[in-house]
Amino acid sequence: MTEPQPTTDSPHATLRAEGLTKSYQTGEVEVIALRDVALDLYAGEMIVLLGPSGSGKSTLLNILGGLDTPTTGHVYFNEREITASDEATLTRYRRDYVGFVFQFYNLIASLTARENVALVTEIAQNPLDPVDALNMVGLGERTNHFPAQLSGGEQQRVAIARAIAKQPAILLCDEPTGALDSQTGIVVLEAIEAVNRDLGTTTAIITHNTVTAGMADRVIYLGDGRITHIERNAERQPARSLAW
Amino acid sequence: MVKALDRKLLRDLWRLKGQAASIAFVIASGIALLVMSLSTHEALRVTAEAYYDRYRFGHVFATVKRTPLHLEDRIKALDGVQSVQLRISMQAILDLNDFAEPLMGRLISIPEGQQPVLNQLVLRSGRLVEPGRPDEVVINESFAKAHGLTPGDTIDAIINDTKRELQIVGTAMSPEFIYVLSPFALLPDKKRYGILWMGRKALEAAYDYDGAFNDLSLTVLRGTDTRQTVQALDTLLAPYGSIGAIDRKDHLSNWFVQNELKQHQTTARILPTIFLLVAAFLTNTVLTRLITTERSDIGLMKAFGYSNVQVGWHYAKLVMAITALGIVLGWGLGAVLGRVSIETYTETLNFPLLIYRPGPSAFVMGAIVSLSVGLLATARAVRGAARLPPVVAMRPPAPPMFRRKAEESSRLATWLDEPTRIIFRQIARWPRRAAVTVLGFAGAIAMMVLSLQFIDALNEMARSHFSELQREDLALGFSDPKSSIILNEIERLPGIMSTEPMRIVSADLVFEHRTHRGTVQGIAKDAQLTRIFDVWRGPLPVPAGGITLTARLAEKLRVGIGDDLSVQVLEGRRPTITIPVAEIYDSYIGMIAYMELGTLNRLLGDRPVTQYVNALIDESRRAELLTELKNLPAVSTVALKSVAIKHFHDTVAALMMIFIGFFSAFSFALGFGVTYNAQRIALSERGRELATLRVLGFSRGDALYILLGETMLLVAMALPVGCLLGWGLTALFVNASGFQTELMRFPLAIQPATYGLSVVVMLAASAVSGIAMKRRVDHLDLVAVLKTRE
Repeated sequence: MTEPQPTTDSPHATLRAEGLTKSYQTGEVEVIALRDVALDLYAGEMIVLLGPSGSGKSTLLNILGGLDTPTTGHVYFNEREITASDEATLTRYRRDYVGFVFQFYNLIASLTARENVALVTEIAQNPLDPVDALNMVGLGERTNHFPAQLSGGEQQRVAIARAIAKQPAILLCDEPTGALDSQTGIVVLEAIEAVNRDLGTTTAIITHNTVTAGMADRVIYLGDGRITHIERNAERQPARSLAW
Repeated sequence: MVKALDRKLLRDLWRLKGQAASIAFVIASGIALLVMSLSTHEALRVTAEAYYDRYRFGHVFATVKRTPLHLEDRIKALDGVQSVQLRISMQAILDLNDFAEPLMGRLISIPEGQQPVLNQLVLRSGRLVEPGRPDEVVINESFAKAHGLTPGDTIDAIINDTKRELQIVGTAMSPEFIYVLSPFALLPDKKRYGILWMGRKALEAAYDYDGAFNDLSLTVLRGTDTRQTVQALDTLLAPYGSIGAIDRKDHLSNWFVQNELKQHQTTARILPTIFLLVAAFLTNTVLTRLITTERSDIGLMKAFGYSNVQVGWHYAKLVMAITALGIVLGWGLGAVLGRVSIETYTETLNFPLLIYRPGPSAFVMGAIVSLSVGLLATARAVRGAARLPPVVAMRPPAPPMFRRKAEESSRLATWLDEPTRIIFRQIARWPRRAAVTVLGFAGAIAMMVLSLQFIDALNEMARSHFSELQREDLALGFSDPKSSIILNEIERLPGIMSTEPMRIVSADLVFEHRTHRGTVQGIAKDAQLTRIFDVWRGPLPVPAGGITLTARLAEKLRVGIGDDLSVQVLEGRRPTITIPVAEIYDSYIGMIAYMELGTLNRLLGDRPVTQYVNALIDESRRAELLTELKNLPAVSTVALKSVAIKHFHDTVAALMMIFIGFFSAFSFALGFGVTYNAQRIALSERGRELATLRVLGFSRGDALYILLGETMLLVAMALPVGCLLGWGLTALFVNASGFQTELMRFPLAIQPATYGLSVVVMLAASAVSGIAMKRRVDHLDLVAVLKTRE
């Protein structure tokens, strides 16, 4: 796999998905989560995936992040296909190029904020210093706190620091503000915005909070496993100006 | 209609099936051991009692020199005496043509054509001896089977220095010979020691015992104190060369049977306790975890109006269900093992009947104990669940609070990578749970050490006995003391290289008001073949003017070096000698007193005599020597060491392997149960974290490292603890009744290899559990686990 080359001026598809379908067999019922989805994610771009529950947002994100495989279709990362990869290659892909942020933070309870970040920097190729990563999300003062000693917003910001500390090519965020109140949610979105801006990380955010759409370059609407339409924002709104 | 809550219970059980099963197995092992030990104990006791009763086993026994039969009236007149049996009983050398060595046998008189009054025979084939046929004998069944002898066959015996061909007319068993032990043997050898019942007239004629007897047994009326009967008999028989009457409890065969009973009691007390305690700890951990994950369910149940009692009862039922599963499994397993165990006994011991009707008591006791231990151990968790306020319960539990400990400041901390740090923090966060895992696993290792060390102990006993105490190749015994000139005659036999004399006299050893009825062994001043061997200090010199006692004997008499011991000899002129204690030494063989042979003879007022001859032989002339020995008059016992060693190892191997097999399997179950539960709990608690790590780009191996690393670290900590615990458990065992007896002391001689093997086997048990975990980690659902809040 080649190194990602993020460029902001000449759009280049970091991730490209073609004809993705995904079906699950739950009991005797076949659930089709994705139907023939095609999508390009450009370097340095920020997109927001919007859609109701069950529209296929998470499934798409999981496939793009190498957590899941499509039933049919292909995903290319920097023009290399990842859908045909084995388990070990997918693990390397996640380790080297993808940063994840989850709704429920998923921090390791037995590690402090700094150690949670160090968990990732220890296995990454070109990591930031854990403390620098925490500074980027405004938590430089709380590096030695355990998750149980942090508020929800702080925990989520640690999760973001952990995701970006490896300087990933892509940052995938699944409902990052879903468990937070609006004020805290905005602080978290500001952190994501800063990462995208300062490190040029291609960023995809899943949400069903339409307000968030304002901060994206492109907004992709999903419904019933399909991309229904794509909007391009003429201008990105700063996260600070959002309210819900 | 199953209630919804019960349906939940069943589903919970099904979900927890792996852990429930492993706990149930540990409980089952404990119950099985308890049921096996108690039911074997019960069966053995009932069988022996029924056998003794039906075939009229005597209550008191005595051996005398040739004594007139008319003494019978005076014996019958003693207080409480019910029936008296006076017999002729002689040690003899037997010769079977297809067998190279001379064999030993005991000839016992029975009335012709009828059963004796006491110690009756259980005729297994053929018939009893008939009047007017002096060459007829009934032989004991195990000896007959060992040589393929049946009624109609013949056997040669040297009877009063004359070789005679005896006609076998029947085979039999007797309550006197459940345990058939030849003189000086460590274990019964059915091939080399036979019991021959002959007609009284025939034995009278052969040994010139017309109107005389030398062996007595009697029964007493119910309620009679046999100690008084023994005393009265001793007074009455003293002039007739009695070496002292003994109660049934000291009768050799019965003593061994009773000792087996005690060993089963010890096993029943100690081993199941370990299993049930570990099972209790495991149930507690599993339940506590289950309640944590079901907090919201509990809140919901309460919100719907279920009472505290109903909620508590629901979880108590789960504990009871797991325990009940273990109990039922244990009952079945225990009943099977009990039967195997008692069948092993009927094969090694000689019982004509087998009463294996395990009473309900062992089963009920096992069930009550394990149920109460299980409920008690989980009481806190159950009460916690019952008292959880619904509002609190509906909220997810706060993330566990971790703290930075002293570990952080140490230099080691900076070397740790984060996954290893997670492992250490988990252990530090739940130290009690870690301790339980360590102790549980250590318990499994200890069990394994305990079961394997039996071989070490027996080997050590054999080694000590055969290569340190009894170094002769051949031991010959005579029915009476012979002039020491006999040594020269023995030395002229083919293949004899050197000889040493030995004499054993029966005596009461008395110090202050304490008495021990036993023997004094006289050995030559420079004895090299029979040695006084201290297990710690090695060989000790034969005392010149005093007496040397084993530590157990000195303890019993509470006598010290330099004290004057009174030796009341029970043979010959029956003198009483006062002699200082010269030395006390530690030995596995119970209670022996040694004196220098010359001193012993002199104090007894005898000329130089010997009753036993120990010899070294030239192996190349062994066959020739054996043929000579078969025809040697006056010899009543022949013991070849090489044969005894081989027999010892064969018998021990056969007998021990079964029990060691059981115990090892149980230990394995215990080790597996402990590791599996620890890992399942860890997986359930940290499945999310592990999935997160996988998502972050850690490999399956990394995730497995964190999951198994914790238990492996605990297992590593448990290894030395387990070995130490094994040592302690063995010490507890060998000092318990049944293993520490007057006849022998079970040595505490665990070999390094035993620890090694125990550790390897238990590591294998935890590896099996690790493999099961690997499959689960490989199949962690990364997507599902991230979408849900715990």
